[in-house]
Amino acid sequence: MSFPWAQEYKPQGTVAKWVDERLPLPRLVYNAVGAGYPVPRNLNYFWNFGVLAGVALVIQIVTGIVLAMHYYASVDGAFNSVEHIMRDVNAGWFLRYAHMNGASFFFIVVYIHIFRGLFYGSYKAPREMIWLLGVTIFLLMMATAFMGYVLPWGQMSFWGAQVITGFFSAIPLVGEPLRQLLLGGFAPDQAALNRFFSLHYLMPFVIAGVIILHVWALHIPGSSNPTGVSVKGEQDTVPFHPYYTAKDGFGLGIFLIFFVAVTFFAPNMLGHPDNYIPANPLSTPAHIVPEWYFLPFYAILKAFTVDFGIPFTGIIIIPAKLMGVLAMFGSILLLFFLPWLDTSPVRSGHYRPLFRKFFWYGLIPSLVVLTYCGGKPPYTQWVVLSQIAAAYYFAHFLIILPIVSRIERPLALPNSITEAVTGKPLPAAA
Amino acid sequence: MVRLVAFLVGLFFSGMLLLGLGDTIVSAIKEPALPTVEAGFHEETLPVTFAHDGPLGKFDRGQLQRGLKVYSEVCSACHSLKLVAFRDFAALGYSEDQVKALAKGWKTEVPSINPETGEPATRPGIPADKIPSPFANETAARAANNNALPPDLSLITKAREGGPAYVYSLLLGYRDQAGYKNEEGKELLKEFPDAATPPGLHFNPWFANLNIAMAPPLAADDQVTYDDGTKATKQQMAKDVAAFLTWTAEPKMENRKSAGWAALGFLLIFTLLAFMSYRTIWADKKH
Repeated sequence: MSFPWAQEYKPQGTVAKWVDERLPLPRLVYNAVGAGYPVPRNLNYFWNFGVLAGVALVIQIVTGIVLAMHYYASVDGAFNSVEHIMRDVNAGWFLRYAHMNGASFFFIVVYIHIFRGLFYGSYKAPREMIWLLGVTIFLLMMATAFMGYVLPWGQMSFWGAQVITGFFSAIPLVGEPLRQLLLGGFAPDQAALNRFFSLHYLMPFVIAGVIILHVWALHIPGSSNPTGVSVKGEQDTVPFHPYYTAKDGFGLGIFLIFFVAVTFFAPNMLGHPDNYIPANPLSTPAHIVPEWYFLPFYAILKAFTVDFGIPFTGIIIIPAKLMGVLAMFGSILLLFFLPWLDTSPVRSGHYRPLFRKFFWYGLIPSLVVLTYCGGKPPYTQWVVLSQIAAAYYFAHFLIILPIVSRIERPLALPNSITEAVTGKPLPAAA
Repeated sequence: MVRLVAFLVGLFFSGMLLLGLGDTIVSAIKEPALPTVEAGFHEETLPVTFAHDGPLGKFDRGQLQRGLKVYSEVCSACHSLKLVAFRDFAALGYSEDQVKALAKGWKTEVPSINPETGEPATRPGIPADKIPSPFANETAARAANNNALPPDLSLITKAREGGPAYVYSLLLGYRDQAGYKNEEGKELLKEFPDAATPPGLHFNPWFANLNIAMAPPLAADDQVTYDDGTKATKQQMAKDVAAFLTWTAEPKMENRKSAGWAALGFLLIFTLLAFMSYRTIWADKKH
């Protein structure tokens, strides 16, 4: 669907007409990211990050396909094949560093994109489906990134795979057999490496598929906007092209400047030195840590230190390890329920004084603390901090948000987007 | 219903975390963590700067050649350099003939077979060969080194926190443990009487657990005679070999930096143009 005032695609010339009658692909593009898609005129720079995430995926797919031409998925050869890429393949160092840092930048961009959704209430009706697909993309990205990190078969690759697949062994009864089934052995080895490579190549295309659904779902209600007020008429929107293609072009330039600065001048800044040591199943690194983008979830996993059981009987119902695993997955899965937890009809955090306080002084600090503590060894101070932050994280989404949406008195909303932008009330409708 | 379940789940997770918090604090008070030797006596890397530091830094070819000399005369007795080929030395400023001579004259020969009998044999190196390792395998390396395994050095500056500064600090970091004090003036053996370095190991506060199997490799000044007349102090040798090992870990560093500047230059112009188009297109729209 689209707004009634959306510009219509008019094929120019006989070829374009011929194509349009048989396969209206140019029409699809025109209506998706061209002049045929009316978008609120007041989007701020946070709305650039959807397009940037798409660009990041393309960077990963293009560099990844070429890397796969030179990579060798074998426990004896993988590490050296990556070094072969770094040393002997033409511009191989560039492909590899771009892919390695591209993953980090993909997550940076997606985290900002999610942040925008959380603050501006983009998950609320009628956009729930976009949000659900987005969380699905995020989960797929995490799986893909994890498997990609295993491929160089360095120390952190191996031990990261050991720890992460170990989560499954926390499941009662079927855990250990399930883990062995997933790994194809008792520990990460050739079978695991091969299947991780296969899946790491497959999943980006699955992600691309879900992105198509995500964008499709977006085009039903159209984009949200910083006021959260729905589009009321033509004066509230501008055509995506040229207005937002131009703005996204500028945003893309800024994004690439950051990406290039890190990739070319500090390519190993976000990595771990231990992954330049070949995997050694007989030597455990002093501190096994995942890539930075997993640290908040890793901190949640480690924050559960007491078993759940019946007091004074010694009966354990849920051991701490299993609870940590459940909570870690739960911390992401709860996002699926967000549209029904936050029942406030007001979307934008700008007009929600109470929500805004919990968001800025609760949720964001707790995520920062979790990210920081996730990378630290299990010393008392870091465990204490991550336990407080994790407790807040769950309380924020599951307890505080539903209550806040019930008791909060939102600020007055502008009557329309145009009014919010121009500061002038619209002339009364004729 | 969703909110009721969410409330209970939230209460459960947050409650268990707060229980855990209490438990963490109680056990920290009851059994405070013991101070460790590493926490008190492991040293930060020494301050050292290199020509290749920073976004504009380039390798100092003379220094890399000196570093190669230190590696080949000192380190290569125990440490392999498996990822580097003789042909790569052309990047250090050697001519084709010099590379051939280096390969041919390397003190370890390349494993091969006897072309007549097929028996294992060795032959002199050629530029296409990777640097031959001092030991045939891990068992041989451990047997010759008191069961310690000298790590391959190809990537060592990327595989250790601190990179070249770590290598530099470690090489110069051997100290006499008796009476050793840290910067706070605490004496190691008084604080931790059990931490005396075991026989066969060497005290080095820059090493992760303070006791390293490697004997001090740079024992005295002028251990290596530099061809360019540079005075081979211990500091100089440590710095040169650290620079050389930065090159072995990152041979394309200079290509990377120069490509980076070109990419940044392009992007600055692109972004400026994109910004100007953005402003022009939006000029008539208040937003």
